[in-house]
Amino acid sequence: MVFRRFGERIVCYARRKSPWVLHLDTGGCNGCAIETFAVLTPRYDIERFGGLSKANPRHSDVLIISGAVTKKIESRLGRIYDQTPEPKVVLAVGSCAISKGVFHDSYNISGPLDRIMPVDVYVPGCPPKPEAILQGLIKALDVWREKYRI
Amino acid sequence: MKEEKKMEKVKEERVTYSLPIGPQHPMYVEAENLNVYLDGETIVDVDINVGYLHRGIEELMQRRNYLQNIYLSERICGICSGIHSMTYCQCIENLLDVNIPERAKYIRTMVLELERLHSHFLFLGVVGYEIGMDTAFMYAWKDREFSMDMLEQVSGNRVNYAMPTVGGVRRDVPNHIIPSMLKKLNHLEKRTEYYRKVFLRDRTIIARTRGLGILPKKDVERFSIVGPVARASGLKIDVRRDTPYLKYDDLDWKVIVEKAEDSQSRVMVKVLEIFQSIKILRQCLKKLPSLDREIKTKVPLVIPKAEAIAITEAPRGELVYYAMSNGTDRPERMRIRTPSFVNIIYSLPIILKEQQLADLPAIVASIDPCFSCTDRMTLIDTKSGEKKTVDETYLKKLGERRLK
Repeated sequence: MVFRRFGERIVCYARRKSPWVLHLDTGGCNGCAIETFAVLTPRYDIERFGGLSKANPRHSDVLIISGAVTKKIESRLGRIYDQTPEPKVVLAVGSCAISKGVFHDSYNISGPLDRIMPVDVYVPGCPPKPEAILQGLIKALDVWREKYRI
Repeated sequence: MKEEKKMEKVKEERVTYSLPIGPQHPMYVEAENLNVYLDGETIVDVDINVGYLHRGIEELMQRRNYLQNIYLSERICGICSGIHSMTYCQCIENLLDVNIPERAKYIRTMVLELERLHSHFLFLGVVGYEIGMDTAFMYAWKDREFSMDMLEQVSGNRVNYAMPTVGGVRRDVPNHIIPSMLKKLNHLEKRTEYYRKVFLRDRTIIARTRGLGILPKKDVERFSIVGPVARASGLKIDVRRDTPYLKYDDLDWKVIVEKAEDSQSRVMVKVLEIFQSIKILRQCLKKLPSLDREIKTKVPLVIPKAEAIAITEAPRGELVYYAMSNGTDRPERMRIRTPSFVNIIYSLPIILKEQQLADLPAIVASIDPCFSCTDRMTLIDTKSGEKKTVDETYLKKLGERRLK
């Protein structure tokens, strides 16, 4: 157990109960993007797990990243990863983010995602169903607990 | 040219601030960059910087065979995935000059209309979200799930359906799912009636959409803007009516046209189109059980030298596929012209001019931008730094060179 001050531990506990999510499409077909969006809506409802969609990387804890990474967005992606404050987990959603998918031999793709940033949870599928993305998010929270020993 | 210089000068004098929006921004899920020039809070001009999602699909298509390309064309856009693969198949069928079975035509029409349903509900939700009315977003997306359920019933998938293949469709629609689909359609019709009232009468929505983002009819004609955006400016164009494909000429439906030219009319066109889609779907479902069970004709996959074109109406407007074959199992050249490309690139600078910055998200959302099919390639000579966009004559020259 890492020694932490009492207040800090409370903040960490609270964070685990309300993960704020940032979604970024890095050059996919939009399919994973709309399925991730569907996770926010009443049928699946990410707020059951305390999640909230935030568009600002400085406010978010979980990065949901979909799409094969194109050359133009690669540098931006690095910046967004750096801007996210430290207890963070990264979800690679969809075949494109995991292995470049159908675009594997394209001239403008520099992915897969784990070559650019460390990825904690992989959610496979083209696109994965919202249930799968939700489960990925829950897994991510477990990873988080292990990683930061909250 | 003179006029352009004059405009440049006016622009420089007025602009007090330039605001970059994106590539990562709460306004839209996809990565795109708008550079907005402002005078105080009034928008003077907009530069659109696309290309973050460019995946080089046209070039990839030349390296794969005709069957593999169906699934590649499906992944051009996740929202219009059905229409992309179906137009591709239609284009290859035109190359081969084959007719597909009647039942396959009905199933394709059905999937396309289901896709229009889910795309239009998605659009209503996004408009609500951009206006700041999260309730509308949640309601519309909750109802959208019913259309997704229907797609899943028909095809087994929610987003990339993989329904068509060259010469027909891959899966049949069993009779026993028809009653439950009709039930869902009834529910959606009731809900759409509610949205029609909300988007027509709600004070918040009127304040953020009525009279804003005017796109005059003459500009629509000048820039060949297509689809619901053109229909909202009073131009009666619809590929389904003008050059009917599949079963659209046999079915009873009508083209929706609004005359107000503003954001609200663009929303209303889509709301009213949902009713038409439901009408078409009901007719298809009624007709299906009486048809012959055959869903696929056999086609050769090595295609002799030929050229073909296929035009369809995607949820966002006219979609054109061009194919050139060279006697092998791979196409020599594929060219795709997507509706969002014209709608975004040409209409955004017009409709955003002289608007307030706060209205920007709602106005941008009202043309239903979808960037994944928009991104094009610009060639840049790395030695001289010269920029060159690939145009038709250049491509013709390249094609001629390759055919020799």
